[in-house]
Amino acid sequence: MATRDKIYYTEGLPVPETPDLGTQPAFWKKTDLVGKPIPRVDAYERVSGTAVYPSDILLPNMIYAAILRCPHPHARVKKIDIAEAGKMPGVRAVITGDSKEAKGVKWKYRDMEVPLFDSHCRFEGEVVAAVAADSWYQARDAAQAIKVDYEVLPFVVDYERSLDVSVPRVQEKGNLLSEDTYSRGDVEKGFAEADIVLEQTYHTQCELHTPLELHGCVANWDGDRLTVWESSQGVFAVQSRVAEALNLPLSKVRASGHYMGGGFGSKLWPGKYTVISAMLARKAARPVKMLLSREETYLCAGNRPAGTMRIKAGVRKDGTITAIDFDCIGPSGAYPAGGVQLVDWLARDLYLCANVRTRGRDVLINAGPARPFRAPGHPQGAWALEQMIDELAKAIDMDPVQLRLKNVPLKSQAREGTPPYTSTGLRQCLEKGAEKFDWQASLERIRKFNEQNNHLRRGIGMGACLWVAGGGGPPSTVVIKLFRDGSINLNMGASDIGTGTKTIMAQVAAEELGVQPAIIQIENADTATTQYATPSGGSKTVPTEAPTVRNAAIALKQELLAAAAEDMEVPEDELEYIGDEIIWSRDAAKRLRITEVSRLKKRGVMIGTGYRGPNPADKVVNPFAAHFCELEVNILSGEINIIRFLGVHDSGRVMNRMTFDNQVYGGIVMGIGFGLTESRQLDERQTGRLCNKNWHDYKLPTAMDVPLEITSLPIELDDPESNNTGAKGLGEPVTIPTAAAIANALCMATGVRFTRAPVSPMEVVRKLSERKEG
Amino acid sequence: MEKNDHDDKQGNGYSRRGFMQFIGVGAGVVGASLLSPPLRRPLKAEDVGTIFPASEMVKVRLAVNGTVHAVLVEPRWSLLYVLREIIGMTGTKIGCDRGECGACTVLIDDVPRYSCMTLAVEAENRTITTVEGLMKGEELGPVQTAFVETDAFQCGYCTSGQIMAVEGLLRKVESPSPEEIRLGCSGNLCRCGAYPNIFAAAGKAAQLKSK
Repeated sequence: MATRDKIYYTEGLPVPETPDLGTQPAFWKKTDLVGKPIPRVDAYERVSGTAVYPSDILLPNMIYAAILRCPHPHARVKKIDIAEAGKMPGVRAVITGDSKEAKGVKWKYRDMEVPLFDSHCRFEGEVVAAVAADSWYQARDAAQAIKVDYEVLPFVVDYERSLDVSVPRVQEKGNLLSEDTYSRGDVEKGFAEADIVLEQTYHTQCELHTPLELHGCVANWDGDRLTVWESSQGVFAVQSRVAEALNLPLSKVRASGHYMGGGFGSKLWPGKYTVISAMLARKAARPVKMLLSREETYLCAGNRPAGTMRIKAGVRKDGTITAIDFDCIGPSGAYPAGGVQLVDWLARDLYLCANVRTRGRDVLINAGPARPFRAPGHPQGAWALEQMIDELAKAIDMDPVQLRLKNVPLKSQAREGTPPYTSTGLRQCLEKGAEKFDWQASLERIRKFNEQNNHLRRGIGMGACLWVAGGGGPPSTVVIKLFRDGSINLNMGASDIGTGTKTIMAQVAAEELGVQPAIIQIENADTATTQYATPSGGSKTVPTEAPTVRNAAIALKQELLAAAAEDMEVPEDELEYIGDEIIWSRDAAKRLRITEVSRLKKRGVMIGTGYRGPNPADKVVNPFAAHFCELEVNILSGEINIIRFLGVHDSGRVMNRMTFDNQVYGGIVMGIGFGLTESRQLDERQTGRLCNKNWHDYKLPTAMDVPLEITSLPIELDDPESNNTGAKGLGEPVTIPTAAAIANALCMATGVRFTRAPVSPMEVVRKLSERKEG
Repeated sequence: MEKNDHDDKQGNGYSRRGFMQFIGVGAGVVGASLLSPPLRRPLKAEDVGTIFPASEMVKVRLAVNGTVHAVLVEPRWSLLYVLREIIGMTGTKIGCDRGECGACTVLIDDVPRYSCMTLAVEAENRTITTVEGLMKGEELGPVQTAFVETDAFQCGYCTSGQIMAVEGLLRKVESPSPEEIRLGCSGNLCRCGAYPNIFAAAGKAAQLKSK
């Protein structure tokens, strides 16, 4: 069940419970503010340059930190000489594994505990030493001046070879970290019943998050109390991890990050650098700013692991999918980090199929550990599954949209007890998407275009998905404060990672309290001043926080009604809260503005506390989507030009149409990168090192790479069972089927199946010439 | 630099750092020579190969958004570092510090430039405009307003740079075509992928400016 799903964004964190509410407010039938395309409440700060991101923090006497990292994929630190570095201009603190501060300080990769400074470096970019100095430049100079004697060890960075007998072991127990299997029905029987059985192996390359704001923080001690401003998706995760590593009481660690410049999963929790900044700040008795360099973030700030996926599927001529057998292997990196996490989920759960078997092997290599990356596992799984579905459709001569429509599930088949979804918008996504995209007519138009037989070929393609989470859930606590002048503070722990969380919460509170969003000031993402929230990720922030905000607003209204009943001398249950007034239901002339409530005037402030209620028992809340793509390929140069893209999303209620569409565009852009340009390149044969640790050599989609025509179409289904706002998650599904839709369009354009992502122009030319040679 | 210590043989050999410092001072002097009186004596040809220690501070005057800031900098410090960490104007962001993302874009004499690829000493005697400089007091400028109205950002970290790129484009071309807008924004990465809205913002900003 959704509520019991173990999900990655709180992995390794002790998560408190919030009290059960008992009752839930009624579902909104119609809304005045929620859903409206209002500009962001913090837009002014973000465009004027006044928003203070953690990297912008400047404190008196602040100094700068730099980390010296291991340049080898596998090595042992034999000796570190800091004598010269320590004497360099401006240097105020140096810490290595030999320093007394570092003794006994641990770091955790999932359940594996290692020393923070580990002399056994298992990936390029592992921490070896750290320096704090008066300027950024001096800190980097000093880090470079530290002399390290390494024993360079043999390495493995090719995950497909990591289980070979002859390769070096990354960890003592060997390179197979875990093997998960899943099965339902009888796959062999399913294949026997099929008219067509196809098998294909797909590959996806390692993708890096590279948010624009560098990973980093500012750490400052005030006596024995530590404050960390961290560019983070979850300040409570920062507090928890830092307190644990430094053995501090939670109350003595304050983590704050009112703004943050993108994370995409890589900032769900802090890094070793966070703890090291605190240690340097204590040692130097100064505030310390630590920003990793861009190159460092490529090495050690996580990634979406590469994967090899073999999929075998059977289909009957009527479109019944009889069996799916899915096998995947992918690397966690040098430590446990979810190398194949959720890669098989779509194969298990997206389409109706009685017989499914999956296997995932998570392996170790000498490279930086993975971190969750926007819809972990799903874009990879979609790359394989959605191309296979197209191949099956072709084999039985059925339209690919129709084959998908024949297999829309209303229940989650992969969860125990096959619980139903509260809503399955997949059918609508496919039908309305095909209509909006003009799918049938486009097929005809393109066939004619391609008959002209010049060097340009066009194709259309589509892909669909669900997202395993996206229903949100407890815990969350939100406090709304009403001041005597009618202005409002909304206090929540969650970060706004760029998705518009703050704006949407202001809309929700304003809707319920009958005020304009502009009078609501949001205080968020600070462990000292806001209530507990899980990190913002997994497309669960809006479905978690919005119902909580609504509950807080309702609690506040109840307080006000009780107070007004005394003033008005009528029974509380005969009072109604309409707009910003309290009205007696028996005589509408008897009314009181909320600012006139005497208890509010006397106390100056009234408070409503809201808790996130539980998700529906025995039901699953998942968002669904379908993407449609048209592109043009130059078959001589291999150049791919995406002409138009349509993203159709069932994410329940649209909370703000403007931020909704923006998310859809952004997910598509990121998916284009995954499908066409982004690939971490490790030098597998010679050095094992990362070759493209910068944005020049690791190419993100730029303004020149995005389609000029890009459209978002929400499928807004009422989903009163999901939560009291009806919102489901959006941030992950927007990037799941994108690359697969591109691959399917490429296949139509060229007649060739591209099984390896990303598809470069070189790959297009190579595949096409292979075919010519036959 | 009060006194030229060019004959001091501090470094012992060629280093990348030394090379960078030398380039920095040389380029700075081109600007300085336009000043009257010059802040520094121009370098002479025989100075080639001289390496200055990193700690050698130089006084530069930076005209940022109409205010002149006199600061002591190391010759190798980037304009970005000086703007953010020395002067304290953090509207200009750091994304890569290597000329790839454009988060640090400022206008230098009305032309968008990566401030991470510009040494502070190079920027002397130039007109520097940062995102803060587009404000009219508390009010947003037209490009900033267009970014708000079209929701042309998500996390907002590349936004200052995008705004400056669009501002630079519009100072050159009053009403750019969609293709000119794409080219104008092509030096600025947005990992959140808000490009469609950024293009819309550029179009809207052109309209707002012409009013």
